[in-house]
Amino acid sequence: MNDLLLILVILSNLRLLASSRLGACIKWAAWQGILLGLLTITAAWPHPPIQTWVLAIVAASLKGLAFPWLLFRTLRRVQVRREIEPYIGFNLSLGIGLVLLLIAFSLARRLPLPEGLDSEFWIPAAFFSLLTGLLLIVARKTAVMQVIGYLVLENGIFAYGAGAARHAPLLLEMGILLDLFVAVFVMGIALFHIARDFDHINVDRLVSLKE
Amino acid sequence: MRSYFIYFGLMALPILGGLVAFVLRSIRIRRALLPGVASAHLILTLLALHARPAQILGGWIGLDDAGSLLLLVTSILFYAAAVYAQGYLRSESRTAHRDPEESFLFDNAPEAVFIGCLLLFLGTMTFVEISRHLGMIWVAVESTTLVSAPLIYFHRHHRSLEAVWKYLMICSVGIALALLGLFFLASAESSSSLLLDDVLRDAVRLPIPWLKTAFIFMLVGYGTKMGLAPMHTWLPDAHSEAPSLVSALLSGSLLNCAFLALWRMTQVCIAAGMNDFVRDLLLALGFTSLGLAAVFIVRQRDFKRLLAYSSIENMGIITIGVALGTAGYSGAFLHMLNHSLIKGSLFLVAGSILALHGTRATDAVRGLSKRAPAAARLWLLGLLAIGGMPPFGAFISKFIIVRAALIQGHWVVASAFLGIVFIVFVGISGIALNMVLGTPSEPKSESQAALSAAWIIPPTILLALSLLLGLFIPRVIGNLIQGASGSGGFWP
Repeated sequence: MNDLLLILVILSNLRLLASSRLGACIKWAAWQGILLGLLTITAAWPHPPIQTWVLAIVAASLKGLAFPWLLFRTLRRVQVRREIEPYIGFNLSLGIGLVLLLIAFSLARRLPLPEGLDSEFWIPAAFFSLLTGLLLIVARKTAVMQVIGYLVLENGIFAYGAGAARHAPLLLEMGILLDLFVAVFVMGIALFHIARDFDHINVDRLVSLKE
Repeated sequence: MRSYFIYFGLMALPILGGLVAFVLRSIRIRRALLPGVASAHLILTLLALHARPAQILGGWIGLDDAGSLLLLVTSILFYAAAVYAQGYLRSESRTAHRDPEESFLFDNAPEAVFIGCLLLFLGTMTFVEISRHLGMIWVAVESTTLVSAPLIYFHRHHRSLEAVWKYLMICSVGIALALLGLFFLASAESSSSLLLDDVLRDAVRLPIPWLKTAFIFMLVGYGTKMGLAPMHTWLPDAHSEAPSLVSALLSGSLLNCAFLALWRMTQVCIAAGMNDFVRDLLLALGFTSLGLAAVFIVRQRDFKRLLAYSSIENMGIITIGVALGTAGYSGAFLHMLNHSLIKGSLFLVAGSILALHGTRATDAVRGLSKRAPAAARLWLLGLLAIGGMPPFGAFISKFIIVRAALIQGHWVVASAFLGIVFIVFVGISGIALNMVLGTPSEPKSESQAALSAAWIIPPTILLALSLLLGLFIPRVIGNLIQGASGSGGFWP
């Protein structure tokens, strides 16, 4: 079950790299969030304790519902065009994505599997989401896409945490999710200001500070 | 009981104060909240240094020597910034400001948001310093980024917006990498408690490949927040566009908090016997920062960016000090203390110069000693002090670090360190002298408010404290530094 979910996470990353519409990207990142909620439960199967359920529900509702809602609301308020303008084209992005996937698997092979992890895919999925997130951040002009890239990166880390750090105290996990929520909220406000000041949410306008 | 009182006071005061500032209507009470909370925080900090409260909440919260040292710096610096803010906010309270560089009009963020976030910023930094749980330290470091972002965007124009966007994205991504490092550590550790004391105790039994991977991710993550090159790119923009008192706090306290997080992880790796691995990585990043900062300082034309690059340089120095092992630790901690005091003072003075001249270009400021003698003296002395001129404290801390390198036979490290530090010193003093001497330049804006006591006294006190540290080190501070760096530390 874990294998299947982790492969779905990897596939959704590839889908994100190939997508040319902002709305689709937000939705795919949200689906990843739901997958993570499921993953949190299945990782602790067959006897998930109550705090795992709490964590899974909070994480899935934040990543799957609250963040897409926040991002769509920002998009509506700033009336931007919904196409993503790339620095790196979509086919090329997908190609780079496949290379990154290979890198993720080869990196994972060099690390011993920690005890308690039953699937070979935990580490590659985490590394690949991380690399996909970074690629989305640098390869797309739209500021919203950078936020989505950040979310994908964070999803990958969370996926690994769900498997490997599942005995971490609930308080800590909640602290992490609270930080993430505030981060997306503050980024949303900044996006709104960028759109208002520049009539645009492309980061290639943000170039006046150098040296 | 007393421990609970101190810890909760330290955390709750700034956070509650910050929340109150958001909803308070009276401008005067809101402004008075800043020095009020700051002095209460300072008193509690001194009380904590005196009483040494025990760990509470099962060891999650506690003050060790390194934490106490940083808490003291943060508290002093925030107090200075709070006093400075009184004059600053009064001069900024009119609507519609003209940007001196590009002459467009802009507004400021609401003062309630500014003061509220400033107090929350103090609260989150305190949280970093009193956390004894590696996970909670992560949560606290990330929250410092989030509450300080609105502070950088106080002047609402496109340059500060660009700076805040870079700050948010680069630091959030960096800190996210540190989280992955934390999870690696948790998965390597069988008990996965992540309490600092437990991790240190179990360190020898942790699998080396995982520990190495965790350290690399945390080094990159917290190194980003600390401003180590090549992850430093947010730092000059954020420091130059933020109001000067915010820059002082960012440079003097926030970078230290990121350092503390990295220091905790370094301790774990050292306890696991990975000294060489840690040393090589820290030396590489330290020298990259030092070298890059030197290049940008020598040809810098903007005095706030000059200070920002100098912060990168000093973070490099601290990193090199840590890389040199027990002999260098005391130098690193002493340097951190000195850097915070001097850089805090310098950023506050830079704010006065900016208000007086309406420009950040070093070429446009001439004859400062005639127009504003007090600010000119502070500026010159501060820049010489940060460059490492005796009798200021930074001289001694750099001396300890060079000595640590020589004792261990790292001749290349010592000579490269001295060479770069010398280049920076020459570059900085050249710029300082050009600004202070000569016939006064025609200012782009006239603001005599920046000559008043509220603008001058806080930086004077900070610089005087650093001078004091250079002449003699109070026993309390000495004990803290020695305690933080372990018994083997060299002490002058």
